[in-house]
Amino acid sequence: MEILTCVKRVPMVGGKIVVTADGQDVDTRMSGFTVSPHEECAVEEAVRLAERHGGSVTVLTLGPPAAADQLRDMLALGATRAVLLETDGREWGPVATAEAIAAAIRARGCPYDLLLFGNEAADTGDYQAAVRVAHALGLPCVTGIKNLEVTVAADGGAASDGAAAGKGFRARARREYRGVEEVFEIPLPAVVSVKEGINLPRYPSLPGRLRAKRAAIEQSAPPWRPEGLRKERLRVPAGQTKRAEILGTGPDAVPALVALLDELGVLR
Amino acid sequence: MTVLCLVELDGDAVADVSLRALTFARSLAASAASPAGGAGPRAGGADGGAGRAGEGVTAVVFGEAGSVPVADLSAYGVAGACAVESGELTGYAPQAWARALAGLAAGRSATAVVAAGTDRGSEVLAHLGAITGQPMAANCVSAEVTGAGSVRLVRQRWAGSLLEDAVLDGSPALLTVAADAVPAAAAGQPAETSVRAYRPVLGEADLRVRAAESAGRSAGASLATARVVVGGGRGVGGPDGFGVLEELAGLLGGVVGVSRVVTSEGWRPHRQQVGQTGTRISPELYLACGISGAIQHMAGCLSAKHIVAVNTDPDAPIISHADYAVIGDLNQVIPALVAAIRARGTTP
Repeated sequence: MEILTCVKRVPMVGGKIVVTADGQDVDTRMSGFTVSPHEECAVEEAVRLAERHGGSVTVLTLGPPAAADQLRDMLALGATRAVLLETDGREWGPVATAEAIAAAIRARGCPYDLLLFGNEAADTGDYQAAVRVAHALGLPCVTGIKNLEVTVAADGGAASDGAAAGKGFRARARREYRGVEEVFEIPLPAVVSVKEGINLPRYPSLPGRLRAKRAAIEQSAPPWRPEGLRKERLRVPAGQTKRAEILGTGPDAVPALVALLDELGVLR
Repeated sequence: MTVLCLVELDGDAVADVSLRALTFARSLAASAASPAGGAGPRAGGADGGAGRAGEGVTAVVFGEAGSVPVADLSAYGVAGACAVESGELTGYAPQAWARALAGLAAGRSATAVVAAGTDRGSEVLAHLGAITGQPMAANCVSAEVTGAGSVRLVRQRWAGSLLEDAVLDGSPALLTVAADAVPAAAAGQPAETSVRAYRPVLGEADLRVRAAESAGRSAGASLATARVVVGGGRGVGGPDGFGVLEELAGLLGGVVGVSRVVTSEGWRPHRQQVGQTGTRISPELYLACGISGAIQHMAGCLSAKHIVAVNTDPDAPIISHADYAVIGDLNQVIPALVAAIRARGTTP
């Protein structure tokens, strides 16, 4: 089966988040970059499905030229092909991003049985790129998925050359809602956004890394456009940092800790 | 102006997250009445008692009119409620819910549509954005209508570790509410809530995706609602080190939660992860052991009442987020704590 997975390059932030002086971006001078966690799981899921059902995995990102690093990371995990929709470094909103992704899919003839996304990007958390792409392409969409099974329908016909995308495949997707499991049964092609926990991504193999280093990356540069949600300024919320009262050091602190737990009313 | 608010139910009451969304929606509607920016938490429908029909917040509930929790809505100052009734809508169907909201928003010339930033709220509003061709602002903390008719808002990025000041131009404006940052507050004056039924016009494509609920209750629920969470991070050292944390959690009537590195290493299952990509917790006490305190982890415990850290490093970021700390190795401190609690139990 043919699978497209969309990923986003985001800063790798650790214990503290710092905003640039102009308030427009996260200061990344001291940090590296990575792929949003949900999306790394989406790539792992895609690779597992391709290993089981045959076919290939294309990984796509919209980002600056340096986002090629993240594409190569995903190629090293087992993706087959990489597509970079290159930007000039300005932040793209979710509406324009979804339109550019949908246009790139159409330009390739919509050959994908399954489009996998992360549920939300780690940085902007917009929760909508996958849904907007699904509408642009007229595909069904499920989000927040923690378990995905793809089966070949009983009437067969899957994966044969020349067949329409998704023909003969079905998916059963599960997620949690208020502690209850929700199950969605959908025909493919479809858009599915997943959450971390759907799988445990593998570490890249050495041959995978070498292959990723040499792989060609398809590139195009869609034009940026403004949208109806306009960022004015980013800021770190006030009052988030404090200094803990130190109860003591090592096991000697245990009596003070017990007294505190008692005071908080959590000892039974 | 009319603000539509998607209301999710918990049994036959309004879910807590939706009470928060209703509070947010009421504040947004009130800001339109006084667009100078002095948006207080007064009800939008509070101008002149119940307000004019169709003004203020209209709650949208999916179900029969008889199932609408009128008492809850009244307390939150909601003057009107729409019960979306459809023979085809027996369960949750995200695109169909969005189609119904689109019909209601158009029919009532809604200025804004608000939903809690839950899996369902985020998903339904994203569909509504795609159907209407409008932008959507996710995880808003506050919002007010400006004189120019735009919505000036503050929303979360990085799951609340960062805030964005932004302006939203949309018709209607679509906003989800960051549930753990907006407290629920009843209206100063209850409203007389009238309920009307609405039958949406749905297409075949709107009903392609429908949820079937399975009976199985997932294990994540207890972590989200636990009164005490004992957290374990890299400092636990490996998959075999969690026994003593489980033992302590058991003594305190709580559960174990872990950091992302613990689930990424496969030491513990992902359902135990606390953080941006795991579970959001809101316990009375979070005892974070051997956890450095990366922002993605702290985003999952913004609602914890008290945080106590046990860490070998006095300069770890967690120390700047905790109320109290013990500087030391959890593998020595926690067994001693367990022994002390047990001893306390036997010698009153």
